[in-house]
Amino acid sequence: MAKGRIEVLEQYCKSCGLCVAACPVKVLRISEKTNAKGYRPVEQFKEGCIGCAMCATTCPDAAIEVFKIQE
Amino acid sequence: MSEVKVYERPKSWMPNVSSHYCPGCGHGIAHRLVCEVIDELGIQNDTIGVAPVGCAAMIYDYMDTDYCEAPHGRAPAVATGLKTVRPDKIVYTYQGDGDLASIGMGEIVHAANRGQNITVIFINNAIYGMTGGQMAPTTLLGQKATTCPLGRDAKVNGYPIRVSEMLATLPAPGYITRVTVAQPKYIIKAKQAIKKAFQNQVEGKGFSLVEVLSSCPTNWGMRPVEAFDWLISSMMPYYPLGDFKDFD
Repeated sequence: MAKGRIEVLEQYCKSCGLCVAACPVKVLRISEKTNAKGYRPVEQFKEGCIGCAMCATTCPDAAIEVFKIQE
Repeated sequence: MSEVKVYERPKSWMPNVSSHYCPGCGHGIAHRLVCEVIDELGIQNDTIGVAPVGCAAMIYDYMDTDYCEAPHGRAPAVATGLKTVRPDKIVYTYQGDGDLASIGMGEIVHAANRGQNITVIFINNAIYGMTGGQMAPTTLLGQKATTCPLGRDAKVNGYPIRVSEMLATLPAPGYITRVTVAQPKYIIKAKQAIKKAFQNQVEGKGFSLVEVLSSCPTNWGMRPVEAFDWLISSMMPYYPLGDFKDFD
């Protein structure tokens, strides 16, 4: 059961990869898509997000919103 | 089952704006922390920032608070003026190391020495970013830059300046600390320090300076994650984190 979820605001992402390195459960990767600026935005590619917000804490462009799922 | 938003873009961050910073630049993280602190303290309508010259010169495009641009290095002098005529406002400067530690060294020393009730956010990334990677006063010994291509040599270029330690020798300034934005655990501490620095001003305690160790992936010639690893392995031993002075 997923404990959290992220929403990537793709127009702001610059694919620096800091969130990919910061994610403790390693559910993030740089996607194959391209945004308006020509960067490849990050995406959650598998289940297991715990909603810790480490990705958002390290994001220089405030491009990640984090949700915690409560039972 | 319900969802709770645990993180969203700060309200004082300009909506629908993407910064001009390079991917992985520490400035973005530092801007965001300042925005979050302004939101948490509820001082968005009472804050006046003073922008530096350097990469962060366009900070007024990213923060939805009042802003004033200062000539190179003169942000503490401009902030002193603003705070003097509007003591009810929260005035802070956001300066890089080329701005604060080089041309603006005189201004920051005297503002600190007067114990001005302002907050200074000092971004130290050991290089001149906007102008193309020249040596800064804070460039480490042996570190390469376009104006010291063989690495900084103490005999020719002198030693890197530890601004926080130097200012902490003065009697007047109240809160001087060094933090970094290299990893989430440090970023959380950095936010606490920035919040304290603003809180001090709200309470009228006096001069607060937060030195933020940051990266410049483009001019260091590294990927963003590598750059922060280098920061931890090379910069942090020379620039130790911690409080150098506190009001309490």
